[in-house]
Amino acid sequence: MRVNVTVNGSAEAVDDVWEGESLLCLLRERMGLPGSKNACEQGECGSCTVYLDGVPVCACLVAAGQAEGREVVTVEGLAAGSPGEERLDPVQRAFVAAGAVQCGFCTPGLIVQSHDLLTRNPAPADAEIREALAGNLCRCTGYEKILDAVRLAAKRKATT
Amino acid sequence: MDFLRPPTWQDALAAKAQRPGARPVQGGTDVMVEINFGVDRPDALLDLSGIPALAEWDRADGRLRVGAGVPYARLITELGGRLPGLAQASRTVGSPQIRNRGTVGGNLGAASPAGDAHPPLLAGDAVIEAESAARGVRMIPVIEFFTGVKKNALRPDELIRAFWTAPASGPQYFSKIGTRNAMVIAVCSFALALHPGERRVGTGIGSAAPTPRRATEAETFLSRELDWDGRRPLGDAAVRRFGELVRDAASPIDDVRGTGGYRRHALAVMARRTLTWAWDDHRAEAPGRRAS
Repeated sequence: MRVNVTVNGSAEAVDDVWEGESLLCLLRERMGLPGSKNACEQGECGSCTVYLDGVPVCACLVAAGQAEGREVVTVEGLAAGSPGEERLDPVQRAFVAAGAVQCGFCTPGLIVQSHDLLTRNPAPADAEIREALAGNLCRCTGYEKILDAVRLAAKRKATT
Repeated sequence: MDFLRPPTWQDALAAKAQRPGARPVQGGTDVMVEINFGVDRPDALLDLSGIPALAEWDRADGRLRVGAGVPYARLITELGGRLPGLAQASRTVGSPQIRNRGTVGGNLGAASPAGDAHPPLLAGDAVIEAESAARGVRMIPVIEFFTGVKKNALRPDELIRAFWTAPASGPQYFSKIGTRNAMVIAVCSFALALHPGERRVGTGIGSAAPTPRRATEAETFLSRELDWDGRRPLGDAAVRRFGELVRDAASPIDDVRGTGGYRRHALAVMARRTLTWAWDDHRAEAPGRRAS
């Protein structure tokens, strides 16, 4: 089937989509956007977190057909313009600065989820950060640096 | 596999009548897991997420009618004050991403004995509004809705339109056992609702029997035992007896999440705790723990 979906601001028509396919598969395999990661395929790990109509969701649990006519923003879409660190979103820059990346696999999902948190709550308490990121697993267990990154992004946002 | 996207509720009912084997999908948090893992290959997916009316709630006859497509996240923020027990249960569902997508309608459709929404729906005497193109609306009391492990009372041509429940008239609490605070399928869970106007207690047990169920003897005992008007403190013996009756209402199995014995023990503990919290609230005439 064909799925019409706006991804990172660009209206796309994607053909030959299998009816049981996930939005994650559509993004990665058919659109060449591998930022959202495929790990658990059951919503446990948060590595595939994307915005769907402005709400963070696990792309692995959205049927591709459910994205018809909707807007998706992936981790790639958070960085405006051409690649390069200067173009990165402040949350992405904070993850780099804080060293909140070990193997990097969980990073895209954590960045999208953190981005949403800071949009809704610019100055979250630690408990709020932990709650917001409760559905994102880091199997390197690098959580302290991840929390540092979110705190840093919030601090930088407050001072700019 | 076909992918059906009915634009309206009437179209959805027509599609379900024509294709009874079509699998309804709303947030996808259950259905997509089964498809991703090859557990389920329905001959059609019936996507209900494009029907705006399902994502609405309103008031009618003093009760709340909550559309099957209202996600947990909105239930917490928009209805947390009126349905505190269900909101507490909703906060324990999955993670923020899952709560943004998952719905009570989907929970009812899946009818898992461990579904988090079920105990508070039982404690609050919810009624499920089912509908088919052929026979129209059928109101199913939640107590009659769960018919077996992952089985419910829906007929093949029916869809869940909404659930109905009264706004809380007294304290409500939900308690759940799991290995961590997020992404946990209940080892067991318990919901309690006090209905002071009717001098009645509602309960719901989760994940400790083939279906979610009420602890009816415990309800009867406590309804009589509580000093509704005088609001005297509860005696230890009554609290303990309530816990025992809740425990004895369960028939849990041993599985990967816990043993039957542990579940029975934990249910008694949760029953005593939620009762203590609820009765303290009633005595203080506080509105319950309704943080949202």
